[in-house]
Amino acid sequence: MTSLPTHTDKSLGLVIDLDICVGCHACVVNCKEWNTGGYGAPLSDQNPYGADPVGSWLNRIHTFEVEATDGSGCSSSEAQILSNGKDARVVHFPKSCLHCDDAPCVTVCPTGASYKRSEDGIVLVNEDWCIGCGLCAWSCPYGAREMDAAEGVMKKCTLCVDRIYNENIPEEDREPACVRTCPANARHFGDFSDPNSDVSVMVAERGGMDLMPEQGTKPVNKYLPPRPKSRPVQSAPSDLVALAEPEAKGFLGWLDSALEKMG
Amino acid sequence: MHPASSIIVFTTLSGMGFGLIAMLGLGAAPSDGTAGLVACALAFILTGIGLASSTFHLGHPERAWRALTQWRSSWLSREGVLAVVTLGLFAIYAALWVFAADRVAIVGILLTLLSLVTVYATAMIYGSLKTVPRWRTGLTPLCYLLFAGAGGALLAATVSSLMGSGAQSSLYAALILMVIAWAAKFVWWSRADRTTLASIGSSPETATGLGSIGKVRLLEAPHSSPNYLMKEMVYRVGRKHVQKLRLLAVVLGGAVPVLALLVAAVSGGGAGLLVIAVLSHLIGMMAERWLFFAEAEHAVSLYYGHR
Ligand code: SF4
Ligand code: SF4
Ligand code: SF4
Repeated sequence: MTSLPTHTDKSLGLVIDLDICVGCHACVVNCKEWNTGGYGAPLSDQNPYGADPVGSWLNRIHTFEVEATDGSGCSSSEAQILSNGKDARVVHFPKSCLHCDDAPCVTVCPTGASYKRSEDGIVLVNEDWCIGCGLCAWSCPYGAREMDAAEGVMKKCTLCVDRIYNENIPEEDREPACVRTCPANARHFGDFSDPNSDVSVMVAERGGMDLMPEQGTKPVNKYLPPRPKSRPVQSAPSDLVALAEPEAKGFLGWLDSALEKMG
Repeated sequence: MHPASSIIVFTTLSGMGFGLIAMLGLGAAPSDGTAGLVACALAFILTGIGLASSTFHLGHPERAWRALTQWRSSWLSREGVLAVVTLGLFAIYAALWVFAADRVAIVGILLTLLSLVTVYATAMIYGSLKTVPRWRTGLTPLCYLLFAGAGGALLAATVSSLMGSGAQSSLYAALILMVIAWAAKFVWWSRADRTTLASIGSSPETATGLGSIGKVRLLEAPHSSPNYLMKEMVYRVGRKHVQKLRLLAVVLGGAVPVLALLVAAVSGGGAGLLVIAVLSHLIGMMAERWLFFAEAEHAVSLYYGHR
């Protein structure tokens, strides 16, 4: 039903560590792999080998450049070049459904296909009821819902509901595919309603934050901000071009200078 | 937002159709059976095409009936329920009018109220979205209601004039509503031009939570070609294009109908002129609705390099 539960017994979700994510897209691929064969209709692609491939994915990685406006974000030389010599850093930013407590995507749904579970807070789409009107995607500020062009129904992150309770797979696999696959350990899964859970402790210690709190969605997923850089600011970007040139000695050195003279 | 033609046709035609029902409920148009047939058929055709068009963009139109179930929380569902109830009652009203030349006044008043609430619900589908700041204002349903009233009155005046009698009150109602509706739209536009994502406090910094470090800029998008989100919600339209279309909307949607109505009111005839006014108004309204969607910026665009 499209009215939100007043209370959820558990509050399952993800912590995403922006300090650690290396932007490898492994979680994107494993999410697609698991979910194209699991819950609901497959995640289709249109024109996958053509000039303009598109497809539905439940998890996407954006990469942002953050230009420091105060002294806190020291920069690496690469980032300085990307940012025209100013202090900057690059942050890889994974984004999937945040399983909001005040989920607008649920209340706008005219059919009751979108719902939030009262037992664990997971936001799901009943694909047998969904008419594919797209209004839920319009109401989500985070771009967490994508219409499947082949099936005509709305797809979104299921928090891998078919893994986390799945007794047919080994216990260590009973966590979301994206969490399980992350080689850098940038994604964590747990219950935010328990103040002693790993995810709650991480959020408390690292200052976990909500995305777009002004939208009033009360997201369950939390993001850990990048830690301040510990290396000192380099005053000028290093001369990468010079570094790339081989040092010419002996015969090669003679050839080099001879060629240079010829013009 | 992507200006889908199905939604533009839906909001303009069903708006005019329910506006016409509202006017007929108040007693507009001659009460003989033939006039009733023409007026009611017109209202059914407009609302019918509008509502059918709204199902064209659905992934599963065969399940559209399910959209009638969640009226407790969803404006889209409320709109569906109200449209069905209004048209059901209107069928009874129309049958009595056409076959018995009997217009039951109390049912008429009820129809007027129901039609207006239906149009209000249509507008609130958009007006209630927090993700699109320029839509989220009481002015959005106000404009939808006034345009529905103006279009409905213009249609009622045209039908009356074609049937040869009783056009005066509809003519004046159409004139007054048309002027007020466009005045409201100008207020809406002036608010909309000031109401951006930035003005409600959303930016790439709040979207990523990285504002405490500094200024955020998209370095690399998550995918190499536009996906559903970008096609649907990150639609861009040029400023020059907007100015031209606004002019087109005001001239065809407002100025031409007002002139035609004035001439008709003074000359006491001019049915042909009013038919032209109806067509002109319809094209103008489509331009207005196209802009309503195309100009709207959605919060998700903050993740795609917009600020
Ligand atoms: S992130 Fe979007 S889709 Fe997910 S619960 Fe929140 S509003 Fe709904
Ligand atoms: S697309 Fe499906 S889930 Fe989303 S609002 Fe429409 S019916 Fe509900
Ligand atoms: S929890 Fe599952 S569905 Fe959600 S982003 Fe991770 S892998 Fe994808």
